Amino acid sequence: MTRPSLTLRREWVHGWLLLTPALVLLFAFTHLPAVTTIWDSFFSTPRGRREAKFVGLRNYETLLADDTFWQVLSNSLWYAAVTIPVSVGLALLMALWVDGRLSGRGFVRLAYFAPTVLPLIAVANIWMFFYTPGFGLIDQIRGAFGLPEVNWLGNPDLALGSVMVVAIWKEAGFFMIFYLAALQSIPPQLREAAAIEGASRWTFFRRVTFPLLMPTTLFVSVNAVINSFRMVDHVFVMTEGGPDNASSLLLFYIYETAFKYWDTAYASTLTVVLLVLLSALALGQFFLLDKRVHYR
Amino acid sequence: MSVAIETRDLRKAWGAAVAVDGISFTAPAGEFTVLLGPSGCGKSTTLRLIAGLEEATDGAVLIDGADVTRRPPNDRQISMVFQSYALFPHLNVAENILFGLKVRRVPAAERAERLARVAGLLGLERLLDRRPSQISGGQQQRVALGRAIIAEKPICLMDEPLSNLDAKLRHEMRVELKALQRKLGITMVYVTHDQVEAIAMADRIIVLNGGRIEQNADPRTLYDKPASTFVARFIGTPPMNILDLAPGDGGWCIAGDRTAIAPPHAALPDRVQLGVRPEDIALADAGGVPATVEQVEYLGADLLVDCRIAGQPLVARVATRHPVAAGERVNLIWPAEHQHLFDAATGARIEAAPGFPNPTVTSRSAGP
Ligand SMILES: Nc1ncnc2c1ncn2[C@@H]1O[C@H](COP(=O)(O)OP(=O)(O)O)[C@@H](O)[C@H]1O
Ligand SMILES: [Mg+2]
Repeated sequence: MTRPSLTLRREWVHGWLLLTPALVLLFAFTHLPAVTTIWDSFFSTPRGRREAKFVGLRNYETLLADDTFWQVLSNSLWYAAVTIPVSVGLALLMALWVDGRLSGRGFVRLAYFAPTVLPLIAVANIWMFFYTPGFGLIDQIRGAFGLPEVNWLGNPDLALGSVMVVAIWKEAGFFMIFYLAALQSIPPQLREAAAIEGASRWTFFRRVTFPLLMPTTLFVSVNAVINSFRMVDHVFVMTEGGPDNASSLLLFYIYETAFKYWDTAYASTLTVVLLVLLSALALGQFFLLDKRVHYR
Repeated sequence: MSVAIETRDLRKAWGAAVAVDGISFTAPAGEFTVLLGPSGCGKSTTLRLIAGLEEATDGAVLIDGADVTRRPPNDRQISMVFQSYALFPHLNVAENILFGLKVRRVPAAERAERLARVAGLLGLERLLDRRPSQISGGQQQRVALGRAIIAEKPICLMDEPLSNLDAKLRHEMRVELKALQRKLGITMVYVTHDQVEAIAMADRIIVLNGGRIEQNADPRTLYDKPASTFVARFIGTPPMNILDLAPGDGGWCIAGDRTAIAPPHAALPDRVQLGVRPEDIALADAGGVPATVEQVEYLGADLLVDCRIAGQPLVARVATRHPVAAGERVNLIWPAEHQHLFDAATGARIEAAPGFPNPTVTSRSAGP
């Protein structure tokens, strides 16, 4: 064997050796469970001595007929449709506002960033205090204006909205930091060049700032999509999905099915739905936004 | 369409830091005016005050006779080229150039026509759909220029537009810029710290130092009659030699030497300095001022000879045909009309330099 091919081969082995730990972890904890989940969704739930047996698409038929599933799915979609744009938009607004102000910027930044540092469980507990009927901060303020008490978390019409507000409160501050960093990397000469051409602040934002923020927007919104399906801690603390599943989200329903009712096969089926949903959203986002994103 | 700019006692301070300290000048219509000075002397600030990007602490800016001191940049009939070019990185060349016209809602047909004209003028036709990151520094420079001239504003302000280019390209752009300014009849105010650039391009040079004007003159006057030792030391490659004078037997001599430079009767201040340009100095066989050669630098056509006259350093630029070596003793001469006298206390030029019989001139045997 000639020497060059020997070196080539050794490099090849080294390369794979370096990759192996990451590959093993990725396979063991991500790919394998995903495949197992899809596999399990075609079997019945093993109970006691009864082994799991192949049931074909029966779990999926159950799913289509499950009213709770449809409600939870619609809750999740509403939750995503509202929290994603609102938290991203709010983050952008706050970043633009903070970016223009020099004095006290550090403090303002810290103030906005605080919700991000807190664990979601803690955030949820703070909001429990805000929402408490009668004694809570919101009702006390309403009371000062002579408005009646509201059971924010107990009313099926309000529970989901109240949960969304908490998520937005937590997410917006986090996303703002990314926008702020991106804004500060835009050279001030661009604004001056535009000012000489007579561009208004709005024109400058629309034609320059916003396009230059597109990579950040893509990054932030992918994160927002994933978080909107992934973060359910506050549902546990605040409503446990109630009342009457009004504030239950897909992931929370999966948890309940798997670890409360121990129907693992049906939980697998629900998980497949979540996987498909997330993959579709992520792909769609990249293809849709990629064309309009400018990477420097 | 030419329009003049005037500043009156313009001042700009940030707290205690004074960047521009009472500057008054006129940039005549259709002329090329250069603001020249070392880094930090207030050139950019002056330009930004004219542009309206900074608010004046005091004084006034007049454009076409109208006071625009408190008006926004787009009310000042100006276009501007930034040192960093300030191109929009997400827009292609055509969109960058058209940015201002779109903001001002110029009709599409007229936009296309003006773009074609400007792109042709600057040789950008084939780059129109590239992004700034996909073209070279020189091409970016042209795009910035294109964005300025498509506006067809009578005034163009430029802040060190060539400093990011390599030497060859800088020379080419210098020629192009000057030609373009002539052709379009633009009133140009151009900032640079490079005296070669300033002298090559300017109709009028304003030398700034510490936020004040040292001299405002055409390039020739600046070179021939520098108003102060600061200007004298700033202009020329290498710059003018400045030597201390002292009263001697036959008149004023270079301190430590005994060759009379100026007659004793001349009415001069207590401390006087002599200025001589390196290129005005020649080597003589006899007479002149004796000096010791310390170092010789070969430049091809010329030699740069570092000497000392009684301890004071001096550079002479002489033709290569005079062989000189380090350590040698030489005699230096220069024409009397090319020596400059300055008041050492203020640095100001002493006009009507006193008459000579000047020994350095009469006894020379080899001319410059
Ligand atoms: N925004 C600013 N805040 C405080 N000081 C400034 C500011 N801009 C410029 N200066 C100061 O003003 C002086 C002149 O600056 P500048 O006009 O940029 O000089 P130049 O362009 O001649 O190099 C410098 O000492 C600089 O530090
Ligand atoms: Mg500058």
